[in-house]
This record gives sequence, structure tokens and C-alpha cells, in this order.
Amino acid sequence: MYLNPPPQPVPTSPETAVATALPSTQPLSGAQATLHALLAEGVDTVFGYPGGAIIPIYDALYDFKEQLNHVLVRHEQGGIHAAQGYARSSGKVGVVFATSGPGATNLVTGLADALIDSTPLVCITGQVFAHLLGTDAFQETDIINITTPITKWNHQVTDASEIPEALAKAFYIARSGRPGPVLIDITKNAQMQKAEFPPYQPCNHIRSYRPRPLVRSEYVAQAAALINQAKRPLVLWGQGVLLGQAEQEFKQFIEKSGIPAAWTILGAGALPTGHPLNVGMLGMHGNYGPNVLTNECDVLIAIGMRFDDRVTGRLDKYARQAQVIHLDIDPTEIDKNVKATVPVWGDCKETLPLLTELVEARTHPEWRQRFRDHDAEEIAAVIQDELFPTSDELTMGEVIQQLNELTQGEAIIVTDVGQHQMVACRYARLNHTRSNITSGGLGTMGFALPAAIGAKYGAPERTVVAVIGDGGIQMTIQELGTIMQTGVNVKILLLNNQFLGMVRQWQEMFHDRRYSFVDIASPDYVTVASGYSIAGRRVEYRPELQAALREMLEHPGSFLLEVMVTKENNIFPMVPQGCGVGEIRLK
Amino acid sequence: MHQQSIDRREYNITAYTENQVGLLNRIAIIFSRRKINIESLNTSPSEVEGIHRFNIVVVETEDVVRKIARQIEKQVEVLKVYFNTNEDVIWQEMALYKVPTDVIAERVIVERLLREHGARVVVIRKDYTVFETTGHREETDKLLTVLQPYGLIEFVRSARIAIIKDSQGFHHKLREFERTEPSPEVSENDYLNSRDKVFTM
Repeated sequence: MYLNPPPQPVPTSPETAVATALPSTQPLSGAQATLHALLAEGVDTVFGYPGGAIIPIYDALYDFKEQLNHVLVRHEQGGIHAAQGYARSSGKVGVVFATSGPGATNLVTGLADALIDSTPLVCITGQVFAHLLGTDAFQETDIINITTPITKWNHQVTDASEIPEALAKAFYIARSGRPGPVLIDITKNAQMQKAEFPPYQPCNHIRSYRPRPLVRSEYVAQAAALINQAKRPLVLWGQGVLLGQAEQEFKQFIEKSGIPAAWTILGAGALPTGHPLNVGMLGMHGNYGPNVLTNECDVLIAIGMRFDDRVTGRLDKYARQAQVIHLDIDPTEIDKNVKATVPVWGDCKETLPLLTELVEARTHPEWRQRFRDHDAEEIAAVIQDELFPTSDELTMGEVIQQLNELTQGEAIIVTDVGQHQMVACRYARLNHTRSNITSGGLGTMGFALPAAIGAKYGAPERTVVAVIGDGGIQMTIQELGTIMQTGVNVKILLLNNQFLGMVRQWQEMFHDRRYSFVDIASPDYVTVASGYSIAGRRVEYRPELQAALREMLEHPGSFLLEVMVTKENNIFPMVPQGCGVGEIRLK
Repeated sequence: MHQQSIDRREYNITAYTENQVGLLNRIAIIFSRRKINIESLNTSPSEVEGIHRFNIVVVETEDVVRKIARQIEKQVEVLKVYFNTNEDVIWQEMALYKVPTDVIAERVIVERLLREHGARVVVIRKDYTVFETTGHREETDKLLTVLQPYGLIEFVRSARIAIIKDSQGFHHKLREFERTEPSPEVSENDYLNSRDKVFTM
């Protein structure tokens, strides 16, 4: 039984690095070779934290200050989240350095986050001397086995001569196909060993690795035929569109076929928020229309998304009536959760134009009206009160709404995890791709502050606003120190509801309001920020909000704006756990 | 059809892989995270130098096996994965039986049993004799059952090895593969063989 088409020659990836000659006339240390390899791969920024087992690399870095920008974080978790933010805003591979043992294990959360959200990363960890491996040496952990389930690939280097090849493979694997995190563990002796290295050879082929499945034109034709017959087609798009840099191809497909399109939170921004065919967010706290109409459409076209359970709700109640077309670069995603009528394996940058060519130009006016009708219902029941509240207390939604007015959808919005994340993702206006950076699959609290730092390094010309709750910011608050030291310009919009709000909402709705350990105390954040030489302000009343937001955005450097919002506000609509998307609740 | 899809049965998963440190763990995790028990696992070099072959037996539904096979094939160092029911493969397991030599020498019936089951002597010592049989599980089990009353000292059975009946063989595909896309050299973690030579501070 064949799982996939037989192996075919793969064209050389356009993403590969430029071959760079190492100064091979004199022997280099493994550490120097590591840094030369990073330069050859086009790396300009590294996030990291030194320690005993990675000192040789940091020693070599001392001489590379002009070529490689190293950002000293305050915790390795901050380092890897920053690298994620960098990768997500720039589209390049994020790079992290950490030492052995605790340094390496502190990367675990970020690796898991990057794997599930397909973020390209290369993590370089120091390791104890090779002759000490397996002896429980000081700061030794078996980081290869620890990180096996949460990396796309990992490898331990014990000899300096392996370093260029290992790094070339690492970058190729991290950025190609469905991107992901790679970890290279380098023993201290390998970092110190001197060797003569041949010129650096970028990797663009590995015998056993097929990053791009062969596109089968017969499936594209079948998909087009289904779409052309459809009366109520619906597109669901995910981050695959961004990762494949297929935003233009996607827009052309949508505009020609006239199909309403809804997004997963990681897909946000691939089509501007204001586009007439953008019908909103999918999933547990998504918009009413796309959720309800998922269960009424006749053809469902999933593009670069993986039918996460937060998107589908109960699978046995999910789009049972629809024929499903699934476009994905990763063959394991096809039929994993939702059975596809027509699978279209491949990079959507390649498959979408083929599909666009074959689909008929349509407008689907009646079907699109259904979405507008549901929008009107949702606006009346939820959105109006959230964005333009009549009570005295500030809502998270109105803060995002006012932010939209000031940024005009031009900012990168980095969100943490919780109620504010759902509000920001629902209401933030995004005019450009790579403008929404959030921890989707893993839901990692503490993600936003370091990720925002990284996002600013990845897109220095753009305004970066980190929207964070009072729970999440306390998980990685130490990264204010990184902001202080580097002077990176990040706007921190702290929405403080004095609760772990999302857990509280669930306790209210499903556990008889038994608020078990969700009442979290906060420090005086403005004073804390001031301790790190970061300007700040606290807002409690509506009349001050807009001026404060403007002050934050216009401030020449980083700024922390704490906004006190309603304590017990709930996020609606909501597909309660165990329900189908058609059972989405407006209140 | 629906009934068939929920039926759990024995599947033979065959994976062709690079010979890399840590790959066994990567593959094993795919089963353990789904709480699937591996009934039998054998790894060995294949007929192609540098390519290893995993034979993994699980009792699962076709749907689950298909998903697992894709997850295995997704690993960077895995070249190809097939899965087959027992009807589609030729498979064998090997068993060793340690029996007291005096019983064998004295009891004619034991000798006959061994002959009937096609057992072969591997070693003869004063205190015990080791026999070997090869076959399907029920065949090796049968001899185990009949030997038990005669003072069987020890028994061991190998993992299953299997060859696909209906296939041109992987070798042909791999040759084509290699012709169109020559493989880079595979680097090994070989410090264990040269600990003394490894640089130390």
C-alpha cells in the first residue's frame, strides 16, 4: 500500500543559503566554524544566554560582534520565544543559543510551541565534553532525547568536523517544507577542537527527506470541478498561506472564485481584515457566521490549516454535509482529523495558481449575504457592547478598537494567551501579512513579551504592540530587562482584569463559578517597568484611554500601558467544549 | 465497509530509514504518544548499504495504522513506509528452546516431537540442549506447549521479520532514487569508538 506518490526529483529550493567560503587557510575552532555557518545562512540576529558548556561559542562571538547581533535575554524560554517572534515577523529562521543542562531544558516550552505552530528555528545548545556524555556530568542532560518529540529534527555533534554539515542540514530542515524547530547539540570539545574546514556548503537535498510532496494535477482538477459545482463553498485558511508566502496567490484564488473565506488565528492577516471576502475567524471564539455556516456549506476548501480541535469542535458534528478539499504541504495532515474528499498535497504557492486557473469566476451573492446576516446578529449580541460599551468599565474590545483607530491596521500585534488573545485576534485590524503573532497550538502563557522583542528585531521598521494579560506577563516579566539593555522599541499593552480570565470564564460557565486559584495579584507594573527604565502609564477610565494609547505609540522607545478592564467579562461567541461548531453560543 | 474500518487486526509496518542514532526513539515515540503497544519490532540493515529496515507489528485499525505510517514517513531520516496485513506479507519468527539434555537423550517421544516440529539443534551440552525453530507464531508456540512438560528450561522468540509479497521490492526504487538524487554522506555520532582520542580540557 502506498502512502504517497513515489519519490520524485525535487527542484532546488529557492530558500537555501548562499555558499560562503570559510577562511580555510588557517584552522578554525568548532565554535568559529559554527558562527561562520550562521553567517553563510544569512543569520543576522541570535537570541541567547551563555553558560559553561557554550562558552567557546560565546568566546568566538566576541570577535563577531560586527556581523552577528546577539540579544542577551534573561531566561532561555525568553530567548526561544524571541526567536519565534523574529521568525514569524521576518519569515526567516530564528536562532537561539543556550548552554547545556538547565539552559537547554529551558528551551523545551518554546520548542513545543514552535513545532505545533510550524515556526522555523535553529537552536544551538552547548553540551558537556563528549567523554563525559552519559556520566551525569555537571549540567548534563540528554537534550537530544528530551527534545525528540518536540523538534522537527535534532542532532548531537561530538566532533568539530561535523559542525558545518550539521548546521547546513539544520537550516535546510527548519525552513523547508512545513517549517519547524531543529536543535543541534554541540559538545564542548567539538566547539574547542581546531580543524581545517572546507568551504561551507548549504544543504538543499537530503535523501530521506521530501519537504514538498509532488503536486498531482488530477487532484487539482477534481478540486476545481467540485468548486465549480458548489453552490455554497467556504474557504478556511491557515498559516500555511503565510508560510508558503502565497498571500498573493491566495487572494487571486479567492477573488476569482468569489468564495467567502474564514481564518484560523495563525492564518490571520494573510488576507486583510477589511477584504470583502474575509468573513472572519474560525473556532471556539471565532465569529458566528463562519462557524455556523461551516455546517451548511456544500464544499469546504481548507488551505494550509490542520483542523485543530479548537477550530472544529466536535468532529462528529463538523461539516458532515460538506465535500472537503484539503490543500496541505504536510501529507500527515490530510485525513488526520477531517476526511478529505479531494486531497491536494503540495505547497499552496504551487497548488493555488493551478486551482485558480481551473475555477470559474463567480460571486455567490446569496451565499455571502448569509454571512452578512450572521454578522449583523453577532454585532447586535456581542460586538456592539464589547467595542462600544455603555457601562463605566473599560472592555478589552474597546481598547483594541481604539488601538485600531490609531494604528490603522499597520502594526504587528503580538498576543499572549487567554481572553485578551481571543479579543485581540477577533478585533485587531491587520492590513498586512505577518502582522499577527500568537501562540496558537500550544497556548503558551508568557509568549508575548519575548516574542514581541523578537518580532521587532525581525521587522524593525514596523510598530510592534504586545497585547498581554496580567497572568501572562508575570510568566516572563524578566524580559523587561532585555528591553532595558537592548533599547528595543516594543509597546506593551497590558490588559489587566485581575484574574486568570479565561480559566475564570470556564469556571464561571462550567464549574458553578467556583473560582479556584484564578484571582492573581499583580505588582505595580508601571513601577516595575520604571525599575527597568521603561516608560509607563496606567489607565482606569475611558476618557484617558485614547490619549494614553497615543502616548504609548508616539513614545520614542518602549512603553508599558496598563489598562484596567472589566474583571468578569466573558468572551463570546463560544463553541463550548464537546459541542459542534453549529452550536456556537452568542451569550 | 464501516465495520471493516473499525476492525483491529495485525499490521506489519515496514520502514526504510537512514542508519542514524536516535531514530529508533523518534519512531517509538510515535506509537507511545498514542498509547499503542508495539507487538514486535525488528531493525536490521537492508540489502542497500546504509539503509536500515524496521519491521513493526501492531494490532490496530487500518485508519490508525495509516496515520502512524504517515507520521513515521514524516521523520526526516525515514525514506519510505509501507504497511500490510499478514495476508500481504511472508513473515517469520525464530524461537530458541533450552531443554535438559538427559530428557532428550532418554525420552524418545521428545525426539519425535522435535522432528515433527522441524526443530534444529543449535548446541548440545551435558546439562542442556538448545533447539531452534522458525515459523509463524502458532507454530513456534505449539512446540513450546509440548516441550513444557519435559522440563523446558528457557524459551526465547525473536521479533518478526517480513517481506512484502506483492512488490517489486524497495531496492529498485532506491536505486532510482539514488540515481536522480545522490545522497550526502551520513555523519555518525561515533565518539564512543574513540573516547581516548577525543579532545579533553
